[in-house]
Amino acid sequence: MENISKNLNDILIIKNLSKIYHTDDSEILAIDGLNLNIKEGEFVAIVGPSGCGKTTLLSILCGLENKSSGEIIYPKGKLKMGYMLQNDTLFPWLNILDNCMLGLKVEKNITNENKNKVLKLLETYGLKDFIYKYPNNLSGGMKQRVALIRTLAINPDILLLDEPFSALDYQTRLAVSDDVWKIIKKEKKTTIMITHDIAEAISMADRVIVLTGRPSYVKKIYPIIMENKSTPIKNRNLKEFRVYYNEIWKDIDIHV
Amino acid sequence: MYSNEHKKYIRKKKIRKILIILMQILLLATLIIGWELLAKYKIINTFITSSPSNIIKTIISLYKDNNLFNNIWTTIYETIISFGIGTIIGIVTAIILWWNNFIYKVVDPYLTVLNSLPKIALGPIIIIFFGANIKSIIIMALLISVIVTIITVYNGFISTDKNRINLLKSFSASKYQIFKMVILPSSYSTIISSLKINISMTLIGVIMGEFLVSKKGIGYLINYGSQVFNLNLVISGIIILMIVSYIMYIIVSYIEKILIKKD
Repeated sequence: MENISKNLNDILIIKNLSKIYHTDDSEILAIDGLNLNIKEGEFVAIVGPSGCGKTTLLSILCGLENKSSGEIIYPKGKLKMGYMLQNDTLFPWLNILDNCMLGLKVEKNITNENKNKVLKLLETYGLKDFIYKYPNNLSGGMKQRVALIRTLAINPDILLLDEPFSALDYQTRLAVSDDVWKIIKKEKKTTIMITHDIAEAISMADRVIVLTGRPSYVKKIYPIIMENKSTPIKNRNLKEFRVYYNEIWKDIDIHV
Repeated sequence: MYSNEHKKYIRKKKIRKILIILMQILLLATLIIGWELLAKYKIINTFITSSPSNIIKTIISLYKDNNLFNNIWTTIYETIISFGIGTIIGIVTAIILWWNNFIYKVVDPYLTVLNSLPKIALGPIIIIFFGANIKSIIIMALLISVIVTIITVYNGFISTDKNRINLLKSFSASKYQIFKMVILPSSYSTIISSLKINISMTLIGVIMGEFLVSKKGIGYLINYGSQVFNLNLVISGIIILMIVSYIMYIIVSYIEKILIKKD
């Protein structure tokens, strides 16, 4: 199942990655020999029991934390990561446009061209009337879209989504995941999303990676193949959906 | 346009508000008139308790001798100077401590000890070191306000949402960018409200300083009054101080309101 052989389309290869956390009275092995290849343009969802080091993996990928051992290889050159956090983390003192420009501002890369690109994104995704509003005027779903646009604004090669919808209520969550998925597909971004929601993973991803409990490594990889695959909400109604769901559920549930 | 229920609700609220203000005025009037009557019929000894009419006379005579505003101004002047210096030192120190956690760990116990020490105990040393002048008063006020400012502002800095910091880090922001773009704006309201605490702390410090060394100021009036056993002067001083500190508080609250509304 675990195919580590090189593929021409790979843009990210994680090889034997390990992470140890040190505290005063213990060492915690969070990730132990994790191998994963990411292909260009694909949407990968990572699921696993809570506390299995999913967030750690993303943090390492985008440079917030250092790995303990192993390799991260970029066969097609260093990639720029766009990290989208659990909650929208919009800054209440900045208006929507300035929030979206935050990454460009940090990079000191605010050009007219970039600004127009951000404005276009905001317009395309239904936020045109809110450009000069502040985050507290927006609904949860809108904030999440703004957070995604903020991440897209720096033009990343890979999107890393860390439980992007967990702060939303169920109804909104379905709608927003549909929205976000459409945006990502339209912008043709390679995406790694971690989630604890199996249904969300199956409905959105091209491949679902199941991690073991701590210390975690890749337990199983499911390419999600459905006959009439379309958008996440519709995918939930397909017959294959339930099959994948049960399989993955069993994979994760095993330790309980 | 509104329903009768709503009008009733609004009227009830208004009446309650007016009632509260009336009671407040009544309470004050009762206190003043009662005090005056007790003094007039010699039930209390005005040599010790003074009386409202004596206080008014004292304040008028202070005004005529050109002492009233002179003393008030001295205290306000000392407070503003100390407040300004204290705020700057406090915030800059908090920034340094945030910037370098090692330094913070090193000075942490010293800050705690200094914070818990009643600063008035340092009075005699301050006089010997800096002399019986305005310098000592400002130092006293600084000692009282600075440590609290440092601790409040520093705590504001470190309680910044970690996600916000991580977000900037994911954009590869420098430490200076993180400070400027997240830490400072996140702590904005903490800093503003620390100023409010700071102004009253500084006033305490200034009055304490004036007790110790001064030849001028409201603290001096009170202290001098007690030394010559002129209770009219002491209580007049206290009342002037009440008014001055209340006005200062109102001004700072007003400024706070304007600054925080910006969000």
